[in-house]
Amino acid sequence: MPRPMSGKNMEKSKNFSQAMKRLVQSLESWRILLVISLILAMISSILALIAPNKLSEFADTIGEGLFPNTVKLEEVVVKITDSFHLENIEEKMPIIMLDEEISKEDKDSFMNLLSSFSKEEKDSSDYSLLFQKIPSSILSTLLEEFQINGVNISVDDQIKMLHLTSSSQDLSTLDQLPESIYNLVKPEMDIEKVKNIALFMALLYIFSALFSYIQGFSMATISNHYAQSLRSKISNKINTLPLKYFDNHETGDVLSRVTNDVDTIAQNLNQSLASLVGALTLFIGSIVMMFVTSWALALTAILATVIGFFFMFLILAKSQKYFNARQKELGDMNGFIEEMYSGHSVVKAYNGTEKAIEDFEKLNERLYTANQKSQFLSGLMMPIMNFVGNLGYVAVCIVGALLTMNGYITFGVIVAFMIYVRLFTNPLSQIAQAMTSLQATGAASERVFEFLDEKEMASQDDIIKALDKEDVKGCIEFSHVQFGYDDTKDIIKDFSVKISPGEKVAIVGPTGAGKTTLVNLLMKFYEIKSGDILIDGTSIHDLSRENIHKLFCMVLQDTWLFDGTVKENIQFNNQNITEEDIWESCRVVGVDHFIKTLPGGLDAKISNDDTVSQGQKQLFTIARGMLEDAPFLILDEATSNVDTRTEELVQKAMDKLTEGKTSFIIAHRLSTIKNADLILVMKDGNIIEQGNHEELMKKEGFYADLYNSQFEL
Amino acid sequence: MFKLLKKLRKKDVVLMLVCLLLIFLQVFLELKMPDYMSSITRLVQTEGNKMSDIIEQGIYMLLCAGGSLLSAIVVGYIASIVASSYSRTLRGLIFHKVQEFNTEEIKKFQTSSLITRTTNDVTQMEMLIGLGLQMMIKAPIMAVWAIFKILDKGLEWSMLTAGCVVFLLTTVGILMLIVLPRFAKIQKLIDKINGVTSENLSGIRVIRAFNAEEFQKNRFEDVNNELTSMQLFNQRAFAIMMPLMMIVMQGLTLGIYFIGAFLIENAMMSEKITLFSNMVVFSSYGMQVIASFLMLAMIFMMWPRASISAKRINEVLDEEVKIKDGQGLKLNNRKGVVEFKNVSFKYPDADEYLLKDISFQVNQGETIAFIGSTGSGKSTLINLVPRFYDVTDGEVLVDGINVKDYKLKELHNKIGYIPQKAVMFTGTVRDNVAYGYNGKKHISEEKLEEAIKIAQASEFVEKMDGGYGAHIARGGTNISGGQKQRLSIARAIAKNPEIYIFDDSFSALDYKTDSSLRRDLKKYTKNATSLIVAQRIGTIINADKIVVLDHGECVGIGTHKELLKTCKVYKEIALSQLSEEELENA
Repeated sequence: MPRPMSGKNMEKSKNFSQAMKRLVQSLESWRILLVISLILAMISSILALIAPNKLSEFADTIGEGLFPNTVKLEEVVVKITDSFHLENIEEKMPIIMLDEEISKEDKDSFMNLLSSFSKEEKDSSDYSLLFQKIPSSILSTLLEEFQINGVNISVDDQIKMLHLTSSSQDLSTLDQLPESIYNLVKPEMDIEKVKNIALFMALLYIFSALFSYIQGFSMATISNHYAQSLRSKISNKINTLPLKYFDNHETGDVLSRVTNDVDTIAQNLNQSLASLVGALTLFIGSIVMMFVTSWALALTAILATVIGFFFMFLILAKSQKYFNARQKELGDMNGFIEEMYSGHSVVKAYNGTEKAIEDFEKLNERLYTANQKSQFLSGLMMPIMNFVGNLGYVAVCIVGALLTMNGYITFGVIVAFMIYVRLFTNPLSQIAQAMTSLQATGAASERVFEFLDEKEMASQDDIIKALDKEDVKGCIEFSHVQFGYDDTKDIIKDFSVKISPGEKVAIVGPTGAGKTTLVNLLMKFYEIKSGDILIDGTSIHDLSRENIHKLFCMVLQDTWLFDGTVKENIQFNNQNITEEDIWESCRVVGVDHFIKTLPGGLDAKISNDDTVSQGQKQLFTIARGMLEDAPFLILDEATSNVDTRTEELVQKAMDKLTEGKTSFIIAHRLSTIKNADLILVMKDGNIIEQGNHEELMKKEGFYADLYNSQFEL
Repeated sequence: MFKLLKKLRKKDVVLMLVCLLLIFLQVFLELKMPDYMSSITRLVQTEGNKMSDIIEQGIYMLLCAGGSLLSAIVVGYIASIVASSYSRTLRGLIFHKVQEFNTEEIKKFQTSSLITRTTNDVTQMEMLIGLGLQMMIKAPIMAVWAIFKILDKGLEWSMLTAGCVVFLLTTVGILMLIVLPRFAKIQKLIDKINGVTSENLSGIRVIRAFNAEEFQKNRFEDVNNELTSMQLFNQRAFAIMMPLMMIVMQGLTLGIYFIGAFLIENAMMSEKITLFSNMVVFSSYGMQVIASFLMLAMIFMMWPRASISAKRINEVLDEEVKIKDGQGLKLNNRKGVVEFKNVSFKYPDADEYLLKDISFQVNQGETIAFIGSTGSGKSTLINLVPRFYDVTDGEVLVDGINVKDYKLKELHNKIGYIPQKAVMFTGTVRDNVAYGYNGKKHISEEKLEEAIKIAQASEFVEKMDGGYGAHIARGGTNISGGQKQRLSIARAIAKNPEIYIFDDSFSALDYKTDSSLRRDLKKYTKNATSLIVAQRIGTIINADKIVVLDHGECVGIGTHKELLKTCKVYKEIALSQLSEEELENA
């Protein structure tokens, strides 16, 4: 399907050849199929090249059937005129004179005719010109039946021919010739040859089409399976990358690699690679064939096209900046519209409409200009290509005609060249197109490979220790932990604390104090810089990530649910959870009633519309977390999206669940954590205060300040 | 579709007519060329012709080609003008319309959909006009004209050409029928791939914490496989297209020659040469006919997409804006008074009322707070004041006048609105804070500084590169959520409104910033009325009036102290946040 000029940015790759090399390498498993399809593409092109030659032969063969057989015609004419030679007349004279059937007048007029010529004239004169004056009775005696190629030509036929040729010299007179002569002189077309060539060409075309289909089929197969494997690789890569990677990279960036970039690679692989090979073959082949057929015409054709393409590239070079301008204006426009639409209520409430429209008009005008220019220029390509084709055509015709007249070439050569000219101009634009799309492929694959090459999390092959969650007592110790997301700035500085089994630990502090970071370290999402975290005395360095994750049950602030049913979401990856379990945990967090109101109950789809509120989603995630039976519990702002009354209910249920478990709670609302056994007050990566609520309030320090600010006005 | 095409400007319609004429010329010239080709052929073929005759014909042909090129360039130029100005017009119409929209309409269409309607859908229409215009005019003219030219040149050839056209169109049609519905599915699958991947990314911590990598991988692979097999099928089917087109075109030439050979063989000698040159001409006209039918097929491929876009654009343009300007306001000395009289509200298509029979009044300088659990209707209630929605029953009065009687602009001038989710515009800090002029064109530097200071934003703004002139990136991505919220509050302060509306604007701030902001604000806005939606008891504890909402009904109005005694719901909320004695002490 022809892809419309999309608004896609034609990115240039940083190192084109390297990216392509890598791309070819990664196509390893499809190598044989790839080579086959490229060879097929070449064969297909070569077949397309043979065709014009055959077509010219075809035209020549047909052309042979156009003209009368002049040799035979001459022969007939000579034979007939021979009858009018003086010797013949003199020889026939006695017979004529003695013939009783010829009337006296006829004999006299014939004698008069003969005597009206002088002696010299008699010798040279061709009586055939005067045959009309010769009485027909004498004529039939003068003429004699003769044979050419075994065909009898009767005297009557000869007379008919003489009558015909005397009246006009047109080709049409030939059509009225007596049958015997007509059959002799009529154009002879080699019908057998015509049939053979036609059959050959039909086969040629069919095979060419077949090869090109097989090639298209296998390229589609390769490119799609390749795309599939790339997507899988990227998706798997996401799981092996350290979380750190995602701090510096936006989600949209990874997403666009999975879809846009992979798509670009697959599309171009499918279309450009084979067409590039085919076009190159066609291009080189047609030049070779043209020179083989006729070097003079070849030079003509190439010269004519080169002139045309010179103009085209001139325009292309000029238009690039307009394309870029259009891209930029489109981007600006999209950005502006997005901003205005999503901030609609503010625009309205602040009477910003007028200004918005004013700004919009400016952008719209700029976009119009850029749009119009780039469209015009891109629209020029086709007509110019056409003209170049026509120019080549005419040049070939004129020079070809000249050459034909001088007998250097046959007409068929011209016919062949008319096609060569098209064959020669088409691949040029194809090559240009394929090159640009290969550029884009290079850039896209560079981005994909760059992602696939990202440094993965440390290997866990040498880890032998493992903690069984049934046996874990629940003791955690942070010892002089130091950590920063980048090397320059430490978020956690020398953090030490010891937590006894079964304690409820709350972590509070202003934004950016490092609360969530602490959890990230505990879960081994990030590797600590120095110091150690010990779980029941075992360093987390000695435990695999999977092992640690098994020990913790975690509920996060972001209400992460995937596109699926309520049941699937609560069950998640644990297929052992029964429906009863799910109902039980939903009852505890108080969403059982809500689930019952959903169409389909547990099998209701959770979608992104408003049917499930943010708070309810959070309750689902809590229900999911509660079903994971683990010795440690982490609640990272787990209830921030539910209102305080619901939160209290959940809290009570949680408290029941956390009995005997060591739990960590990060909360914005201080009310949630007042009953914690230990409150860690963090600021700038350090614990500045610790103790329970009463102790901290008595201290009248940072915590007390924070707490009291709730009531100030 | 045609309705939307009426939006073309008169000037553009005239230009299109010029286009039509030029395309006629173009087709005429293009179809003239085979005539010259055939005379060149004849001249070359028969002996005894002068070279100058051939050159003369060649020059004519080149003139035709040049003329057609020129006319194509002019047509291209006009088409680019028409198409771009058409898209400009459509974009303008949609944008203006959306500006008239209110929250209700925006919600109905959804912002993301409105954005694609203003951008992608318009581009679709632009492409239809730009490319389609030329093809749509050219293809039929070309086809008819070319057919006309060859019709008397040989029945056999005509039938062959017709057969090829029918064959080609049928196969293209069948292919489209097979492939097109799958295209839509592929689009959905790509969305799904995107969806699963973005789930993977957004839930990365959850997935790892649950050791659910394998689970997610399987989910991804399911979609991946489905997408691949669907796309594979499509592309394999599509791979047939090119060879098929080639073979039909080549087959046509071959067929014309083959039939020609027999025709010539059986013809009178006098007709042979004519037949031969007719054959050469026919083979090129036949190509033209096929090419123009292919062009038509392309338009039919473009048409469905464009008509869907047209429908989507029309939906926006035809949407009736429900909230319109009132007739304007009578002079009134009252200031900052907001009154709800038996207000009820429900969404147009909903059965349930979101708000039921709410009445209260707040006077100048007072603060009124709204509290209640999620979904109790707090936000909806205060959105009725700036008329983001209109009440279903009852009335909302500002300064004693029904909000429906105000011109929207006058009403909004009285109000400083701070949304739940802070909105930032690309530009500088100054641009953002000075966004609402309140009728005045410029904001003084002192006023700006003051507003930013009250909003507790001075500290971070001054640290920013460029201070008040610092750049705010698109969507405010270069500052944090709390910082955005503070700037958004500063924007309202800079406006100097009579009435402040805080739609849960404080939740993104920590307690400390929250309380100092409110303290400074209170001092500054002694004469302004504040309407506050809040979740934290602490935020509203000192309000003059607190309205407690529960499932759209007002279950209590009063001060904190009063409500603790009289309102059960309020007490529950309060106790979920603070202990009994803390409440007593506050």
